[in-house]
Amino acid sequence: MLNVVKEWPAMTRTMPQDPMILSLIQQAKQASFSRRSVLTSAGIGAATLALAACSTGGPAGKPTAAADKSSGDKTLTWANWSYYLDQDDSKKYPTLIAFEKQSGIKVTYDVAVDDNNTYYAKVKDQLALGQDIGADTVCLTDWMVSRLIGLGYVQKLDHSKIPNIKNLSPSLQNPDFDKGRNYSLPWQSGFAGLCWNKEKLPNGLKNVSDLWDPALKGKVGVLSEMRDTIGLIMMEQGVDISSKNWGDTEFSKAIDEFRTQVKGGQIRNIKGNSYADDLKSGDTIAAIVWSGDVTSINGEVGGDKFGFAIPDTGGTLWSDNYIVPIGSPRKANAEELINYYYEPEVAATVAAYVNYITPVVGAKEAMAKIDPSLVDNQLIFPDATTLDKVKIFRTLTNAEQSKYTVEFESVGLGA
Amino acid sequence: MAITAFTGSATVQEAVPRKRSWVALVLLLPGLLYLVLFFLVPLVSLAITSLEVPSATTFGQYDAAFNWQTYGVVVSQYGTQILRSFLYALLATVFALLFSYPLAYFIGVKARRWPILQGLMIVLVIAPFFISFLLRTLAWKAILSDDGVVVGALKALSLMGPQGHFTGTPVAVVFGLTYNFIPFMCLPLYTTLERLDVRYLEASTDLYAGPFHTFRTVTIPLSLPGIVSGTLLTFIPAAGDYVNASSEFLGGTSSTMIGNVIQSNFLVQLNYPAAAALSIILMAIILVIVSVYVKRSGTDDLL
Repeated sequence: MLNVVKEWPAMTRTMPQDPMILSLIQQAKQASFSRRSVLTSAGIGAATLALAACSTGGPAGKPTAAADKSSGDKTLTWANWSYYLDQDDSKKYPTLIAFEKQSGIKVTYDVAVDDNNTYYAKVKDQLALGQDIGADTVCLTDWMVSRLIGLGYVQKLDHSKIPNIKNLSPSLQNPDFDKGRNYSLPWQSGFAGLCWNKEKLPNGLKNVSDLWDPALKGKVGVLSEMRDTIGLIMMEQGVDISSKNWGDTEFSKAIDEFRTQVKGGQIRNIKGNSYADDLKSGDTIAAIVWSGDVTSINGEVGGDKFGFAIPDTGGTLWSDNYIVPIGSPRKANAEELINYYYEPEVAATVAAYVNYITPVVGAKEAMAKIDPSLVDNQLIFPDATTLDKVKIFRTLTNAEQSKYTVEFESVGLGA
Repeated sequence: MAITAFTGSATVQEAVPRKRSWVALVLLLPGLLYLVLFFLVPLVSLAITSLEVPSATTFGQYDAAFNWQTYGVVVSQYGTQILRSFLYALLATVFALLFSYPLAYFIGVKARRWPILQGLMIVLVIAPFFISFLLRTLAWKAILSDDGVVVGALKALSLMGPQGHFTGTPVAVVFGLTYNFIPFMCLPLYTTLERLDVRYLEASTDLYAGPFHTFRTVTIPLSLPGIVSGTLLTFIPAAGDYVNASSEFLGGTSSTMIGNVIQSNFLVQLNYPAAAALSIILMAIILVIVSVYVKRSGTDDLL
């Protein structure tokens, strides 16, 4: 510690006498750039640039589908959202176990999706390269499926291997993003609506504006799914979200309302499926949520603690759809699974648990045998009156999608 | 840059090797390759990405360009979040130092007489690392939740209003940052204080310096290397942290940090140039702050 060199000796023409410092100078000279070392480092720099260019530039064309190895590989991974498959008390999935026995395919059920955007971000690079994303089928929302089909990231389904496709509800057979359902098939449909803690709010909620009650300040949660949160606000402002007659003006008006509530501290959190944690912990007591989840959350907390309602001014209707990612080598296995879940009895069993709208015709008749009390449940088998209250958010153009996402996100970031 | 400042007091070599040692070069190669592959290439790639422009045809795709305006846009758009990140990191560093110094002093100096106690306390400081910090932060979210113990007790004592809450506020984020980085502050402090020669303190007392004066003029300067490395280990990662401030953990819309902005731009808005530009700005600011800090404390005071 005593022999510390305080200052670097100045490089003058006369060399210092001290041998130690002399040797230091020699060392420094050796380390200085020779012409060869400059050339070498230039070479490394060029190689780095080339490597970097490879890492940013994606392949130009669309990826091609992986070869199917299903006959030799009896496994399948299914990525899905939480509260989305029937579960028994030991956390096993009865319908899935029945499928494994019947088909001999070993299924890994992966609750990997919390939000369409974050899931897409996780897998998009592999999809672009046509690689296996670790899921052979995944259930995503209409608009995201529309994007994936447009980018060529999904495999074409072989309808001859899914004979039960005949049970698909007619209203879902020809969506604008997949006419004839060649690339996707609905898993469940549902509503976005209002949820409240019945102990704290015995009177319940009727409208989106009830969430802005000063008594609920800092206790309100909304969904990170833009189409649901903004969709509900827009509908309260009198906009028909399914028509093509609205644009930037209407959207901005809804965003302004949203921003006011976030800035003012009325809205506590903007979340994906993990909003359930906030409701359970008491951080939020009122929220915009997805219909069926409420039943599952009530099951978890053991009691009828949370209520759900579609706002009087209207809710959103969406579907999550099975797709087979482009890089999956187990498409036939996935098709077998999809076919199985299109059996009316199986669909009814799932619906009885998840409380979402099943796309399978005949499930209502099957439900009468499983649990007659659920046949008139509006969350599972909505009648015309209920369906009149909900609307599907219209398809956005690329420019709108980009612009609206940025606006919605900037509110969440407080920017 | 920071490294050379630290090793300013390096030992001086006796003789200069005459020949280039190929063995040394070969031994160096894996490290160099690692740096090139996992640091230099991503960095260059990040810089290239930050200058790209959106593709006219496909949403979420970008074409090579030299669009440096992105930097101006993100600074004007997210200036608050950038400033906030450094403010939170500074607060967390100060709090962590205030908590860790007495602790490290006790373990390193006072507990020298009881080696078992010393060892036990060090284990307790390191113990949190046995569990992922994500889980620990989630646990804090549950503890600090509105129906949790802390808020319940504070409300019962009327120390918090009926609508008051912790999670989703700046207080919770700074708390989370402080909590998560205390071990990183404590360990370097402990290693320097553990070598503190108590005879200096005795000498100071002999020269009629009071305890405070001794602490200010003897203990602190002697433990400065620990303070510098501890604050660096806390400040740098805390400024870029996005876990504590994420709404999934302790943060909310009023406490977003630059890390959350980058995450949103990368993962949700698919605005890669903006996210890359923000990352580079974050790195540049940290580099400047750290160089100034190390230069000031490292050469002027440390030696």
